[in-house]
Amino acid sequence: MTNRTNAPEITDAVNMKLQLKPYDHFILDNGVPVYSIDAGAQDVLMLEWVFYAGNWYEGKNIVAATTNFMLKNGTSQKKAFAINEHFEFHGAYLNRSCYNETAIITLHCLNKHLSELLPVVAELITESIFPEEELAIYKQNQKQRLEVNLKKCDFIANRLVDEYVYGFHHPYGRYTSTVDYDQLQRDELVSFYKKFYTEGKCLVFVAGKPPAILAEQLNHAFGHLPLNQNSLPEIQYNPEPADIKKYNIINDTNGVQGAIRIARPIFNRHHPDFPKVQVLNNIFGGFFGSRLMSNIREDKGYTYGIHSYLQNHMHSSAWMVSTEAGRDVCEATIEEVYKEMAILCNEPVDSEELDLVRNYMIGSLLGDLDGPFHIIARWKNYILNNLTDAFFYNSIQTVQTITAEEIQELAKKYLNPEAFFELVVV
Amino acid sequence: MILYDRFVLDNGLRVLVHEDHSTPMAVVNIMYDVGARDENPDKTGFAHLFEHLMFGGSIHIPDYDEPLQRAGGENNAYTTHDLTNYYCQLPAENIETAFWLESDRMLSLAFGGKSLTVQKKVVCEEFKEHYINKPYGDVWHKMRELAYTTHPYRWMTIGKDLSHVENANMDDVKHFFFKHYRPVNAILVVAGHVQLENIKQLAEKWFGDIPMGEKYTRHLPKEPRQTAARKSEVFADVPLDAFIKTWHMDARLDKGYYVMDLATEILGGGGSSRLFQSLVKEKQLFSGLDCYHFGSVDNGLVAIEGKLVKGVAMETAAKAVDEEIEKIQATQVTEPELQKVKNKTESVIAFEDMGVMSRANSLAMYELLGDAQLMNTELQRYHEVTIEDIQESCKEIFRSDNSNTLFYHSK
Repeated sequence: MTNRTNAPEITDAVNMKLQLKPYDHFILDNGVPVYSIDAGAQDVLMLEWVFYAGNWYEGKNIVAATTNFMLKNGTSQKKAFAINEHFEFHGAYLNRSCYNETAIITLHCLNKHLSELLPVVAELITESIFPEEELAIYKQNQKQRLEVNLKKCDFIANRLVDEYVYGFHHPYGRYTSTVDYDQLQRDELVSFYKKFYTEGKCLVFVAGKPPAILAEQLNHAFGHLPLNQNSLPEIQYNPEPADIKKYNIINDTNGVQGAIRIARPIFNRHHPDFPKVQVLNNIFGGFFGSRLMSNIREDKGYTYGIHSYLQNHMHSSAWMVSTEAGRDVCEATIEEVYKEMAILCNEPVDSEELDLVRNYMIGSLLGDLDGPFHIIARWKNYILNNLTDAFFYNSIQTVQTITAEEIQELAKKYLNPEAFFELVVV
Repeated sequence: MILYDRFVLDNGLRVLVHEDHSTPMAVVNIMYDVGARDENPDKTGFAHLFEHLMFGGSIHIPDYDEPLQRAGGENNAYTTHDLTNYYCQLPAENIETAFWLESDRMLSLAFGGKSLTVQKKVVCEEFKEHYINKPYGDVWHKMRELAYTTHPYRWMTIGKDLSHVENANMDDVKHFFFKHYRPVNAILVVAGHVQLENIKQLAEKWFGDIPMGEKYTRHLPKEPRQTAARKSEVFADVPLDAFIKTWHMDARLDKGYYVMDLATEILGGGGSSRLFQSLVKEKQLFSGLDCYHFGSVDNGLVAIEGKLVKGVAMETAAKAVDEEIEKIQATQVTEPELQKVKNKTESVIAFEDMGVMSRANSLAMYELLGDAQLMNTELQRYHEVTIEDIQESCKEIFRSDNSNTLFYHSK
């Protein structure tokens, strides 16, 4: 009979050797750096063009996001339909996304179609014209989408909590109203586009199974463009957190759940406590076995899920607890969150729990290095944040060596309830 | 080409092994041949609730997650109308931990009362979060009830009603477990940095002595052929009118499934699709529009749904959708149009197959459908579709008699 009572022997993940596969690096004729990971079995590629064209650089609300969105909506040579048709005919997926500092164009394609696709990506970067009629459709549809989102308690909560932490003037705390769409002008997009895309600062990330002639192909399509010639404008924003800490908002009188956000401002990745706080965060609410999840979901059943995390911002950041809980148990949920903070401050984590979290974090990191897309995502994160792989190895070492005493000290330092904003949106 | 080995234990458990030594990880995926379609109409949502209970402790192991996390692993699960799938990924050195955990919960759950009490609450909150507290959250509850009179696709996997979840009791749990969660109704796929011989030994060691159970034979009531168009209207507290229309389509292994999959792409997949170009961009009747199907094993639904631009009358929008449908029925799509959606399909398959977890899941899925080898012939079936097939299928499926229309009005 198999002995089912005792667990099989395990190798502690914490002792496994983790390597971050180095990237290949080359520079196009115009200075655009390319970072590439060759780790694929399939003949597929993902390419990302990263521009410093996030809302950090806009002079007016949603100019950055709109410019980014409309890159696919018409060039001097092609209408929106023809652009979409070109990528789709080649089985390629062209997406764009706008963040705070950066805005990105992403292409997923089969290698065999790459040479057909790159020139059209270059065309989007240099020849987009932002047609008035396309802008009008965009405004109309985005305003309607916003109206639907404004009915959702989680959407409202996410906007407001960022405003409390950073202030509405700050790119991290700003959000959109329908008036912003009404006030958008085509020429604002055109000038933002010229400055931050056509003549902007650009980095390229590639992952998959890059063909041998990739450098040549990229240089041919992009190496002569007027990118990376000007330095970025120096723009500084300082967070201005709200004075009031607690908020209760009724968005839908018939709502059956409340969106709870509990958040405090915190440093970015360059602070020496950052990797250590990541370990503390995991214990607190960072994974399925965390204290928040074990208590509030698995013991009390107040919610489908509760998580805590450090926001992924480059400048200042926030530590966030986020959940949707039954309307009648919102208050009890918040009380339990603070209880868990207090326990972390008052009692050292026992070694069994700490070992589990160490193993979980390393195992999860190992899984996260699986495949070229994951690897390049990690590198992109480091490069855009001015970090090297020293950050990776330091984080691992922190997970391996942090003590229960250090964790308790960090909890006392950062998990003090008076530092947190608290918001419930029903 | 995805390579794998397959063997069957004496108790009927099917085991597939897919080696990939480019990763240090192993994936263990167990698919049970039970989903929401196998539920009693008075006890809907049970297959999904049960999925939650599978994490509430098994006969020898009080907690599933903790030992897995200790071994550096992560896991999750999902329930559909057709099946329930559990998967975990962990460093390959520790794969035996996954065998230990998965085999113990296949042997028997602990059937603890607390897990049932808590998970009923958790699932009720999940129900609220996704289907009650969201604008348009009940659209598919209503559409399924309109489109199906008989087949259990009539209800959602989350359940027909909160009360069904709330009323679940321990006898139901035990009965369900011993009926469906037996080796003979399960498929185990092991993938990643593993060796076939070692997996054979581990499978025999951990799963070999679990009683076979009785093969579950499905006798689901067949949905009768729809003979008249159905319509329904809803008035709700939402900001925009929404239009949803569905038609019954072929089952997963029928040729017509592949044809309709490509047809939905032509109609609604991406910025160069017909419906998007005509109804969102040119006529500006919809602020967004999708055309898709559910990939169901039995005869599923193909759907067109979108939110109307403010001021547009529902009838106008409905008529414009009908015109596009009539167009694809009356005139063949062009060869480049068909080639485009075949190229997209080829890409999607290539990208899906990149992750070892996704490959393990697909192998289990195709084995459940009858033959894991289907995973390698799937693309060929898409390539075989002709423009004549598309036209014929659109004529047959997009019949008015076969349609279900829901006008979801803003109050």
